[in-house]
Amino acid sequence: MDLSNIIWAFVWFTALGVVLGAVLALASKIFAVKVDPRVEAIVDALPAANCGGCGYTGCAALAEAIARGDAAVNACTAGGVETAKAIADIMGLPVVAPNRMRAQVMCSGTHGKAKLKYKYDGPADCNAAMRLAGGDKLCPNGCIGHGTCVAACKFNAIEIKDDIAVVDYNRCTGCGVCVQSCPKKVIKLIPYESDHWVSCNSLDNGKTTRSYCDVGCIACRLCEKACEYDAIHVKDNLAEIDYSKCTSCGKCVLKCPRKIILHSRDPRAKTA
Amino acid sequence: MTEILLIMFTAVLVENFVFTRFLGICPFLGVSEKPDTALGMGFAVVFVMTLASAATNLIYNLILVPFELKYLKTIAFILVIASLVQLIEMFLRKYVPALYGALGIYLPLITTNCAVLGAALLSVESDYNFIKSVAFGFSAAVGFTLAIVIFAGVRERVAVANPPRSFEGIPIALVTAGLIAMAFSGFSSINLGI
Repeated sequence: MDLSNIIWAFVWFTALGVVLGAVLALASKIFAVKVDPRVEAIVDALPAANCGGCGYTGCAALAEAIARGDAAVNACTAGGVETAKAIADIMGLPVVAPNRMRAQVMCSGTHGKAKLKYKYDGPADCNAAMRLAGGDKLCPNGCIGHGTCVAACKFNAIEIKDDIAVVDYNRCTGCGVCVQSCPKKVIKLIPYESDHWVSCNSLDNGKTTRSYCDVGCIACRLCEKACEYDAIHVKDNLAEIDYSKCTSCGKCVLKCPRKIILHSRDPRAKTA
Repeated sequence: MTEILLIMFTAVLVENFVFTRFLGICPFLGVSEKPDTALGMGFAVVFVMTLASAATNLIYNLILVPFELKYLKTIAFILVIASLVQLIEMFLRKYVPALYGALGIYLPLITTNCAVLGAALLSVESDYNFIKSVAFGFSAAVGFTLAIVIFAGVRERVAVANPPRSFEGIPIALVTAGLIAMAFSGFSSINLGI
């Protein structure tokens, strides 16, 4: 190899680098796409969990929708008040804090309490279990407990404890992705501050419910009678709390013969 | 013409980039969890690899060969491919937003994909002319797409299966990839005489 070889390599590669660099620099000017600067600012303000709770495909999609004016500044449920404030600042709109909600699994049918039809030994996924006669539990509406919601949760807020899913509400942001993922529709969103909930989803009458579950709502209406605020009603064989009226006095909790109106301090409502 | 068809058939099945040459394994494992994202990645690779084969062939024959710089082909090709991908990305973003939306997130992944560089280097080693190397790049990318889509389909099933704990995730995916590669090795007995 003589010297000219090295010089040619040097010349050509310098030229190649310069030309390609110039082309790219030129292209970035010619092909520049105007992006709303607010979009980037909103993306930074969002939690970047891409949970999909807002109904958009991810945080970036929501940011674009907010910047266009198609979505409200408080559309991100997962981010809560702080995020809504930050985005309202960027958009120059008044702050409207979202109602903070949290997910709650409305089932108490832990191992041994809810009776089984058969022993399930398939993939650890509720949708797969649903296909085999609607899951292994006799209750048609109870939690199957194979963790489809655990996998869906972007915030690691759900775990399976004793065959049912339990939400850790210190971590729950109320995005509602688990509610959509649950094939049994046993997870519901309730106001974040609410202390009580009826931990059952059975719509069968008392006798039927009693036949397959030790802790199902039997629609006895004792809670309805105990409530002084007209806040709990039995509808479709299932007691339901009206959170606009509930004062968290706890009288229904004491009356419930099945002990399934839970309080947030109840050990059954806590993750391990 | 027959020769081009033979090159294409060989690149897709007999010497599949993923299963026989073991090129492009990183995106093959990384973007194969769902068939539709795998397909998106596959299309992006087809797009880039066809153009990159054309560009690198021109650079090789017009600059590197006349000036006896063949020994620097790897560096030159990396440079050209990386700039080409950047250029394509900017172009698509401006003029074909729909295609950008579909391929956008995969394009940067391909910049340093060894399959693209491999296609360029292999076609140079085989002394392909311009048309042959474009055909080779295109069909190698089709082979890659075929491989990644098949693998994604299998992986989707494996995801809900119950493998032994130590095999969960990537280990079982690698075992699966090995089994598919063995199936593809059946094609290698086809001797096309090239």
